[in-house]
Amino acid sequence: MTNKRKAVALISGGLDSLLAARVIQEQGIHVEGINFYTGFCVEGHTHAIRKKDRARPKRNNALWSAEQLGIKLHIVDIIEEYKDIVINPKHGYGANLNPCLDCKIFMVHKAREWIDSHDFDFIITGEVIGQRPKSQRKDTMPVIAQESGADDLLLRPLCARNLPPTRPEREGWVDREQLFGFEGRTRKPQMALANTFGFEEYAQPAGGCCFLTDQTYSRKLADLWKARGERRYELDDIMLLKVGRHLRPHPDFKMIIGREDGENKFLEGYRKQYVHLFTTTHRGPLVLIDGEVNDEGLELAARITARFSQGRDAELVDVEVHTLDGEQQVFRVRPIAGAAIPGGWYL
Amino acid sequence: MTSHRLDARRMLCPLPVIRTQDRVAQLPAGDCLTVCCTDPGAVHDIPAWCRVNGHELLDIQHENGEILIRLRVGEE
Ligand code: SF4
Repeated sequence: MTNKRKAVALISGGLDSLLAARVIQEQGIHVEGINFYTGFCVEGHTHAIRKKDRARPKRNNALWSAEQLGIKLHIVDIIEEYKDIVINPKHGYGANLNPCLDCKIFMVHKAREWIDSHDFDFIITGEVIGQRPKSQRKDTMPVIAQESGADDLLLRPLCARNLPPTRPEREGWVDREQLFGFEGRTRKPQMALANTFGFEEYAQPAGGCCFLTDQTYSRKLADLWKARGERRYELDDIMLLKVGRHLRPHPDFKMIIGREDGENKFLEGYRKQYVHLFTTTHRGPLVLIDGEVNDEGLELAARITARFSQGRDAELVDVEVHTLDGEQQVFRVRPIAGAAIPGGWYL
Repeated sequence: MTSHRLDARRMLCPLPVIRTQDRVAQLPAGDCLTVCCTDPGAVHDIPAWCRVNGHELLDIQHENGEILIRLRVGEE
């Protein structure tokens, strides 16, 4: 081979994409990584907000994978374009609001655009037939290849032997005999392969790569859409869904209540954009109001805020309310009793 | 050699890394960039990103709750 072939690997930070990239590197191909940031990625966010999460060792798994492989990693912000995938997935959702199949198609499509503009030859992913019930099945593999526009430039080194030969195999850029035929939900072949490559401390397979697979998170997102009367979101919305306790005491507004100092500090950054409340006679949370709220609603919000402060058992608690026009007023309220908060208010 | 500054305050990882990457892509090798951030995750992620992509981490300073990460742009 005179001309060294180049492949871009979709790097999620999990074991499968790490292995797929290494398998292709072993064949003398120049590999670089690409990682997509949708705004919903579990990576990174929450650890920065909550103190208890800060204590955990933190790393960006995609960067860690790239470092193990000794390859460059290109992180691509797809926040804006991804909205349409979440809002209108052609192939529907998984168990929660995770549009996995559309998401895969979109990411491979972006990778296809990337190889065209960077003069790379093909794309690799860590997909394994049967590994995920919705997006990684034998019948979805060709759908992803076709609808993404990658066609036979999409090679899945971990299950290629169970699929028709792709162009990199047919042209002899890679040796099909040295690829794998993994299938099904078992992780054993991947772990054995990780062993042979000497990979340790790789990210363990979790439920998925993003918050959209999380039931509670998806419920909060569905509530947001319902309350707004349309399926729409901004980056700030989806960040705030990861933070605090969310309560909807009224169809027109919900409260985002900081659970500890780290979250209160994070929420402080949103004070200019949201009506917000905090207790002044006792230590307590910072609370943002998302939606339209009248005086009656503010009084209720103040009583709930007091409930989540250290004045929960006090006779009266002062709560300062700041509205968007910069006005502030103080409500002296009796904290609402825990039993008076219907379970249905908690999102 | 020119010095540049990037404001990535209030952004959560990996956004400070993405903004750093996009800014570095516009700079010639040898220039310095100081990234100002507030997410403590950036202390790990930006140096890892530098190692992976061939840029030199110069230093990290903490100032009034902000983190200043200085790097030198590497060759392509
Ligand atoms: S879990 Fe999230 S990021 Fe992963 S394929 Fe599904 S929708 Fe996409």
